[in-house]
Amino acid sequence: MILRRLGWIGASCSLVFALAAPSCFAAGLKVALVLDKGGKDDKSFNSAAFRGVTQAKEELGISLKYVEATDDNAFESLLRAFAQKKFDLIIAVGVSQADAVKKVAPKFPEQKFAIVDAEVDLPNVRSLIFEEHEGSFLVGAIAGLTSKTGTIGFIGGMDIPLIRRFEMGYVAGAKQVNPKIKLKSNFIGITGDAWHNPAKAKELAIAQYSGGADVIFAAAGASNGGLFDAAEELKKLAIGVDSNQNWIKPGYILTSMLKRVDTAVYDVCKDTQSGKFSSGIKRFGLASTGVDYAVDEFNEKLLPPAVREKVEKLKADIIAGKIKVPDYYQKKK
Amino acid sequence: MSAFFSILRKLQPLIAVLLGLSLGLAVTMLAGEDPFNVLMILGRSAFGSPYDFGMTLFYATPLIFTGLAVAVPFHAGLFNIGAEGQLTMGALAAATVGIMFPSVSWPLAPLLGVLAAFSGGALWGFIPGWLRAKRGSHEVINTIMLNFVAAGLASWVTLYLLKNPDSQNPETSAVGPGYLLRHFEFFGDAPLSTALLLAIAAALAIWVFLFKTVKGFELRAVGQSERAAETGGISAARERILAMALGGGLAGLVGIGEVLGNAGRFKLGFSPEFGFIGIAVALLARNRPIGILLSALLFGALHKGASDLDLETENVTRDLSLILQSLIIVSVTAEGLWDWMRKRNVQPRIGGDV
Repeated sequence: MILRRLGWIGASCSLVFALAAPSCFAAGLKVALVLDKGGKDDKSFNSAAFRGVTQAKEELGISLKYVEATDDNAFESLLRAFAQKKFDLIIAVGVSQADAVKKVAPKFPEQKFAIVDAEVDLPNVRSLIFEEHEGSFLVGAIAGLTSKTGTIGFIGGMDIPLIRRFEMGYVAGAKQVNPKIKLKSNFIGITGDAWHNPAKAKELAIAQYSGGADVIFAAAGASNGGLFDAAEELKKLAIGVDSNQNWIKPGYILTSMLKRVDTAVYDVCKDTQSGKFSSGIKRFGLASTGVDYAVDEFNEKLLPPAVREKVEKLKADIIAGKIKVPDYYQKKK
Repeated sequence: MSAFFSILRKLQPLIAVLLGLSLGLAVTMLAGEDPFNVLMILGRSAFGSPYDFGMTLFYATPLIFTGLAVAVPFHAGLFNIGAEGQLTMGALAAATVGIMFPSVSWPLAPLLGVLAAFSGGALWGFIPGWLRAKRGSHEVINTIMLNFVAAGLASWVTLYLLKNPDSQNPETSAVGPGYLLRHFEFFGDAPLSTALLLAIAAALAIWVFLFKTVKGFELRAVGQSERAAETGGISAARERILAMALGGGLAGLVGIGEVLGNAGRFKLGFSPEFGFIGIAVALLARNRPIGILLSALLFGALHKGASDLDLETENVTRDLSLILQSLIIVSVTAEGLWDWMRKRNVQPRIGGDV
């Protein structure tokens, strides 16, 4: 019985082998994308990076390969595998890949690397850093102007300085428009698993809403979905992060803090293709619309013109340097 | 008939692997890939270069330890699902010692690390072993619960006591330089350390212990029949505690390859569930220490090999490795079921052709 089944499988294997055409790659720049544990479909941080390279694939004709890491030891061997296969540009997404890039990039000086969210000082690495506190300041102001209860919430993914930076900017923005505002803040976890734990996010959101908060901002990757579910169930408001998440639950998502990982990633593909790759740190703030807040058909009714005017004013003030947004990274030093 | 069965039984793990692999590759056909090509990618990615082979062995090393950690208690009739917690405790203990006494030099330092890792894991095995032997509470429940306790404890120690101030990642600061194990030149940049030799030595030692010593016989006697063992003057309680503590200690040694051989520090979440894959490793090897070396190599190769599937195929991702692992396990246990049914049919005929 077993043997017969094996024989059948063997026969079908060879049939398919005979029919299969050799796989071929499109010509042009070979770009590899290594995503962190949130994965391509987190509708947030990793999705933004994926959108950027997809756009580059469509517009610039690059060929693209992407992988999602399953454990922290895998980053290094994935980066190395791509480098050995002579990919021209290897993009590492997320702060947890910093050590791996530091180790692998010097061994492949011919190839270019880019890393999102971490500073790696090597001649063939471009570090893409976002001024998350500035964008968070604006959505904080929107939350402060919208909240009726005078209490707002924050849910962070993994408790790391990067996410504290979101929180600090958010609180400062809310205080700017309403000095008496109260904050409820929770973090989902302390490991990478916090990025894909929507159940915990929902639990925290329900607790914060029941505790009086009526607007919650979550910076938690794929876990954000839990917040949106809670907002819909309890008829409250939520703020999305990284990608424009307004469409996920229209009417319940006040706005999204945009972190244009997609643009930054697209640009590095474009620069590499045209031979203009430069290493060093690229900063993306409000001035370069590297961070922003989202307005579209899904949330324009939630944002009255008065609110939008005020926020635009704050935005101009930050760009002009009239308002200094507190930065968690600076505070630490 | 009995000769046929006994040959089949000997070959059973091999048949299970082939069956599982074939079924898994047949699945890739449904995804529109060429199964032969997928197999070649798996093989090349696992064994294609010294670096790749080194990574395969790097993943196999912890699996040898966790496989043994499941097998030893199994011989005493206990099911250890706590290897994940035990390896966490072992790695944490090794890192703690390495951070607290950074100036100890080679070769005393790695010895100290091994001792700490073994003790950390052994403690985490001893607790459910003792509870089972003295209080009768089931080790499956207790080991599962202790996994959570270990994870919580590790988070607390890592983030509040030993945190690396220079990193955003949840990890401890570095251990002293004297603790670091050597890497094999041959495997290039693969983080394969001498921990592999320790793992092989452990497997051999466990084989000698279980099958060539009186103590090992007593341990297995308890697993075969508790009452017969007690009648023969063996304390089942003592053997059970020993089996669990030894199993836990073996799992704890995973920390050597990781902390002293690779990262140089304890990183939260470093293990992609080595402790649970260890159950599969032991199952496939039918709890034989030498077989565990081979089945750990197979599972290490699947883990490493699968990573290149994302890179080289259009439709198949590394999750195929999980499919292959599960199909192999299903094949192994299905054979077990078949075996059990045969035994049940035969049993009433005492003295018959078994």
